[in-house]
Amino acid sequence: MEQKPLKKIDIIFGWDDNCTPIQVVEKSVKKTPESIILDMIDSGLKGRGGAGFPTGLKWKFARNEEADAKYVVCNADEGEPGTFKDREILDRVPEKIFAGMTICAFVVGALEGYIYVRGEYNFMLKTLQQKIDIFNQQLHDLKIDFHIYLRSGSGAYVCGEESALFESMEGKRGEPRNKPPYPTVSGYNGKPTVINNVETLVYTSEICRMGPEQFKALGTHDSRGSKVFSVSGDTPIAGIYELELGMPLKDFVDEFGDGDTKAIQVGGASGHCVPRKKFNDTIIGFEGIPTGGSMMIFNSSRSMYNVLHDYLEFFTEESCGQCTPCRIGCQQLLKGIEAVKKGERPPTYLNDLKRLTATMKIAAKCGLGQSVANPFTSIVDNFREEIIY
Amino acid sequence: MTNTEVLIQELVQKHGRNRNALMPVLQGVVACEKFLSESAMIAVARELDLSAADVYGTASFYTFLDTKPRGKNIVRVCKTISCHMQGKEEIIKAIENHLKVKVGETSHDNKFTLLTANCLGWCHKGPVMLINDEVFPSLTPDKAIAIIEEFSKKTN
Repeated sequence: MEQKPLKKIDIIFGWDDNCTPIQVVEKSVKKTPESIILDMIDSGLKGRGGAGFPTGLKWKFARNEEADAKYVVCNADEGEPGTFKDREILDRVPEKIFAGMTICAFVVGALEGYIYVRGEYNFMLKTLQQKIDIFNQQLHDLKIDFHIYLRSGSGAYVCGEESALFESMEGKRGEPRNKPPYPTVSGYNGKPTVINNVETLVYTSEICRMGPEQFKALGTHDSRGSKVFSVSGDTPIAGIYELELGMPLKDFVDEFGDGDTKAIQVGGASGHCVPRKKFNDTIIGFEGIPTGGSMMIFNSSRSMYNVLHDYLEFFTEESCGQCTPCRIGCQQLLKGIEAVKKGERPPTYLNDLKRLTATMKIAAKCGLGQSVANPFTSIVDNFREEIIY
Repeated sequence: MTNTEVLIQELVQKHGRNRNALMPVLQGVVACEKFLSESAMIAVARELDLSAADVYGTASFYTFLDTKPRGKNIVRVCKTISCHMQGKEEIIKAIENHLKVKVGETSHDNKFTLLTANCLGWCHKGPVMLINDEVFPSLTPDKAIAIIEEFSKKTN
């Protein structure tokens, strides 16, 4: 499999005085929407929120819909444990997000855009609104018919799921909808909507600035470009790093570990736990283990039972309760590992619980319930003795 | 008209009278009053032409839209894994001892409600807490108490 050595990149937070975000917009709206879509598809950009859907296709689908209104939504409901990159982007280069939204709106034919920021980041709303006001004024001066609004969440992890986010924006409980229809057909207010992660939107504006070639040159065949990683846990240098995709996990550990790394949780609570013995042949990218950016490092002093227990507690509380597999499943998994730990259930009960996660994977309505199997099986399979004893 | 009703009318004027305005309106009430009282939810329902049950249904879904009375300041300590590894337990204990409350309770002078929260997004600078909308990363027990004390002085 194609690999790239670990390399630090500076695209997201970089600043080009000769081509500011609003100038990128000015330049882009002179092109045709079709050519921008082709650039996006050519760049190979996939969604940076975790699911990894090709951005160019998403824009194309929304463009092809006939509707009296369309929307662009920026998903800034960053709630995955271990992720804090979107806040940094919102704080340092928000204009690039606005530019990405505007270009997207131009491509699909939307007049309104919304940024949905998680309630935990309310402290930044005031500054962000001021910056949005300035940008809206610049758009007005350029006679570009697009307006950005700011919305905030109220502390529900599940609202990061795109259809739950729409429900929330519509003043309802943040319960995910059935799919299809997908947001590009029926999203906010039942209208075609492009919803992209904060980081994805920044890359779209950067691809418009520098052309798809430069972006494409980074990463591997299946994982083009770079990505912002949030590094936390047992590391001396926790923080935010933009890295080229496609690196082996071993390189990552060499750079960020504390010398005693036992395991890395790639992709947050809903991601996969990779033990030391697999560092060499695990690639960070869509062909290996994809991540929304969360990289949590655990050293040998950590109990993986506690880690799994924390995750299951998190899911039990954040499950919206709408569908039974997820609501009951999360509760039973938590109770289950507690019972095995106490000796009330035999170790083989873990196999039953694994079957339960397999059921949740196919029967749960949204990504939350479906992905509980990831941390559960990867931790139980690799650290079984720590769960039992 | 009560103060709450005046507030709700102002919020409705700002955000609109349709259902899409419900979240901003409820958030506006919570920002001022820290929780949604029954009468506030009924007033919102009347203004937006929704049933009170609908409003309660939405409100009760969201952690930050409390429907139970809360103190003048809401303290939320992050309890998710990274903060757990960095000592959130000591922070919670220190605040509990200082305020003489348990998690979920409000101090007798009604100045503070102590709660825990799922990942607040400061995993590289834990442990962390929010007081109302303000964030305080890289806490130690002493630092947390000093911050609480400062809020206590500011609160009547």
